[in-house]
Amino acid sequence: MRKRIAAALLVLPLLVQAHSTAWAAPEPYTDSGTTSWMLTSTALVLLMIPGLAMFYGGLVRTKNVIGTMMHSFGAMVIIGVLWPMLGYALSFGPGVLGGFVGWNPDYFMLQGIDESILPSHIPEYVFAMFQGKFAIITPALIAGAFAERVNFRGYAVFIALWSIIVYSPICHWVWAPDGFLFNLGAAGAIDFAGGTVVHISSGVTALVAALYLGSRRGYPRNVMHPNNLVMTLTGAGLLWVGWFGFNAGSAIASDLATARALTVTQVSAAAGAFTWMVIEMLQHGKATSLGVASGILAGLVAITPAAGVVQPSGAFALGALASMVCYTAILVKNKLGYDDSLDAFGVHGVGGIVGALALVFFVRPGWMAEAAVKAGGSWTVWQQLGVQAAAVGITIVYASVVSLILLVLIEKTIGLRISENDEMSGLDHSMHGEHGYGLINLN
Amino acid sequence: MKLITAIINPDRLDHVREALIQADITRITVSRVTGHGRQEDIDIYRGQRIAPNLIPKIRIDIAVNEEFVDMTVDTIIESASHDPVAIGDGKIFITPLEECIRIRTRERGGRAI
Repeated sequence: MRKRIAAALLVLPLLVQAHSTAWAAPEPYTDSGTTSWMLTSTALVLLMIPGLAMFYGGLVRTKNVIGTMMHSFGAMVIIGVLWPMLGYALSFGPGVLGGFVGWNPDYFMLQGIDESILPSHIPEYVFAMFQGKFAIITPALIAGAFAERVNFRGYAVFIALWSIIVYSPICHWVWAPDGFLFNLGAAGAIDFAGGTVVHISSGVTALVAALYLGSRRGYPRNVMHPNNLVMTLTGAGLLWVGWFGFNAGSAIASDLATARALTVTQVSAAAGAFTWMVIEMLQHGKATSLGVASGILAGLVAITPAAGVVQPSGAFALGALASMVCYTAILVKNKLGYDDSLDAFGVHGVGGIVGALALVFFVRPGWMAEAAVKAGGSWTVWQQLGVQAAAVGITIVYASVVSLILLVLIEKTIGLRISENDEMSGLDHSMHGEHGYGLINLN
Repeated sequence: MKLITAIINPDRLDHVREALIQADITRITVSRVTGHGRQEDIDIYRGQRIAPNLIPKIRIDIAVNEEFVDMTVDTIIESASHDPVAIGDGKIFITPLEECIRIRTRERGGRAI
């Protein structure tokens, strides 16, 4: 799939030229099948944002439900504005500043792609919008780590800057055809749909933010009950559905690769949820709904980088492994006592790292053979593991360092952590002047 | 024995609850209620007379022995007030309490509180 994007973007300048000199090259055409699936995928990925809003919104206390849902919707609004303006150019333009980030003035406001059809036979608008949804959900995931205690204004500025300074460069390195991680090793670092770009980058940032901003008032002494697990489960369900667009759409096609991605996504999500459920049954004698929801997410996160290269048996293994590691990570978090409130790091960071590294053991033989040819003879699992580890390591270091700088900067100027008084009143009242529910009982 | 009923603003619940716990008053009942207070005036929009919605409030019920009444009331007043003072901070009602029974032990009166 990434090859397709690569080819697509490399040929792009030629296409533009082809348009101006009417006789050159075969006319690119739109394939209605591929385009319809990609349009559907784009809508499915957007569906994940309200899904995430519901998932996170249900997990906080009653007084913070609107504030928490607004973190997701805020990302939809803010990145929705930023992406067509700058984000696409920074992520998918040709590399500048030594390949640090992309830039193509023609992509500013998407003005240069009005007529552009990619070689994968979809209008470039579809690709740009599809990618835009990834850019929206990534900063929204971070919000889980500092739920119930940040200033909305500070949050808005943080995700805007984070999207430009952290997301776009990483996206460029991993997915742009001239990105250095895209070309690392024999056949590049494997990140089918965003293990590093989306989940590790946001998960690691979440951890840094939770550590820097400190715990919620009263954590962990006071129990903080989810206000509405019904909404959380509905949100987890929407995320699962939307993930088919997220992964199967990342093939930028409607063919065998799409079918493979969709199948392993389904298998891994189910395996993850199943494993989590079994662990809880063994440990506590009861399967909780939040456990099932967490397992679904762990499985989905782990398969995200791997959806293009593993087979269903690998998907089983990755989903199960992710649930076991994430479950352990959350136990460790409780021991250490830092307040990653909704486990943004525990699920997305840890699950993403597990998926991006462990996938090498389940890569289909055909892919390895192809990589061996490109490497000029042999290419082993361990060499690919080295490439994966490099991509993961670089993402972790870059995201954590730059995020910390951004956090300090915003905390010292606009302010990110809210006052104790506002925190006790709840975000809904103090940040938005609203309340989420009418007459539903308190918790 | 007295029954203290406080109607307060929802955003002050945590403040009041924590202040009461600090003052060692831990047996309370909290419910979400709605009602009209001073903000009852009817508005007119485009010639339509609009009765305002019921306003959400928090009701706290605390049964106390006589010697705790003043301390409880002071604590609530202190922690439920907005700064600066605003309409809608709520009210406190104190009523005599005839009897109190702990169901588990059948204890009655002041010991059961």
